[in-house]
Amino acid sequence: MQNLTKEILELIRRTSTDLPADVEAKLRTAYTDEENGSAAQGALDTILKNVELARSNSTPICQDTGTPLFYVHYPEGLSTRKLKKMIVDAVTEATKLTYLRPNSVNAVTGANTGDNSGDDHYPTIHFEEVDENLPLTIELMLKGGGCENVGVQYKLPNVAMHAGRDLAGVRKVVLDAAQKAQGKGCAPGILGVAVGGDRGSSYLASKEVLLTKIGTENPDSELNALENQITEEVNQMGIGPMGFGGKTTILDTKIKGLHRVPACYFVSVSYMCWAYRRRKMTVKGAEVSYD
Amino acid sequence: MKKLTLPISDEDIRALKVGETVLLSGVMMTGRDAVHKWLNDAFIAKTVEPTEDDIAVFEAIKPILDGGIIYHCGPIVSGVDTGDYKFVAAGPTTSIREEPYQALVMKLFNLKGVIGKGGMEAKTLQGCMDTPAVYFHAIGGAASLIAQSVQEVITVHKLDFGVPEAMWVIDVKDFPVVVTMDSHGRSQHVTVYEKSKKVLDELMAK
Repeated sequence: MQNLTKEILELIRRTSTDLPADVEAKLRTAYTDEENGSAAQGALDTILKNVELARSNSTPICQDTGTPLFYVHYPEGLSTRKLKKMIVDAVTEATKLTYLRPNSVNAVTGANTGDNSGDDHYPTIHFEEVDENLPLTIELMLKGGGCENVGVQYKLPNVAMHAGRDLAGVRKVVLDAAQKAQGKGCAPGILGVAVGGDRGSSYLASKEVLLTKIGTENPDSELNALENQITEEVNQMGIGPMGFGGKTTILDTKIKGLHRVPACYFVSVSYMCWAYRRRKMTVKGAEVSYD
Repeated sequence: MKKLTLPISDEDIRALKVGETVLLSGVMMTGRDAVHKWLNDAFIAKTVEPTEDDIAVFEAIKPILDGGIIYHCGPIVSGVDTGDYKFVAAGPTTSIREEPYQALVMKLFNLKGVIGKGGMEAKTLQGCMDTPAVYFHAIGGAASLIAQSVQEVITVHKLDFGVPEAMWVIDVKDFPVVVTMDSHGRSQHVTVYEKSKKVLDELMAK
């Protein structure tokens, strides 16, 4: 198979430095919605200037480039071992070129590896096999530690919140998560929610659901309505950009339902910061495209 | 817009009020999780005997922090191999993790402020009143823009903490921040939290 290290490096560069158009458009709307001269509008003004500068100078939008999260769909027959090696090499090279911060810290010794080399889970790579006629796609999400720290997992029922094992209960705990997050996850963010699963799969799905564009309609009409309701209600809280107070606290909510075992009903919330960095590369034969 | 140059006087700090936008200039130092824990263990709680290097670094940063500022930031820096350091991306990190240590560190150095994001809580707010000092909020994620206000990287201490966790001594010009906690006990974060909690309680009752 062809060596794609350079092409993956380009995927990392684009993800770190060039905010997707749907996110930028939503931030521009938020800017016009905030009161003229408010701290909230000032924050959005700075955010938008930074987005433009990062793109034109090819420098990271945010210094916290997170744990690089790769989602690979590979046609039957491609070697995942080779793909992994290319991804790891591209991550190391991207760190040298300052598209990524050296973020990999050994939790036991406290030592930073300096080049983003890590272990079996760092960088994180999810592989999924697809039909041999389909192209290879690699998606990358960069999600910083600040917003990762405000992510939370609930188990229902929750007595204190009067939240039962239904979508009304899901609504309550997600609202609770958003209020507790305040501006600490770099508001205005995006909520990724998974309902069901086990503790691990639930958190994974709460991030995977963030791979779709802002405003993508949920195919489940009930979940779609709940997404819209939560977005509207969180924005009533007045937390605003950076938690300064204001009208836009989150840009969108995305919910995915999973299968669960009878005893467990988890609701996992992943908060994605406004610097919602995700890009995709598609490889068809010798042709590589990015979006 | 108000402009302040480091070191900052107590009088200037007392004059700052929640909501004010300020442009900061002068020499400051980055410091986040590892630095605050190191300062606490070796020089405040004294649970760890400081090494010779620890003492040398402590003496070197003292004059920078007297009347100065710690910036909660883990930057991306170019030239780490050559020593020709340049800040590439340098937005604020979430400050709340330093809540156990911040007021003690303020007092230890006569710090006039910290820059971060997300705000801090009661212990730090008390520290702001006592020292006096303020909490400056920078715009989270605005890393490329903020890096442009860094004129020069003067030196680095404890690079063995890793690039994001080291103490980078930097000269900045017109670094834009908003005062969200002042030295009179006011906090924008408390105001916003309480207001949002009231709305949440109403929504929960529905």
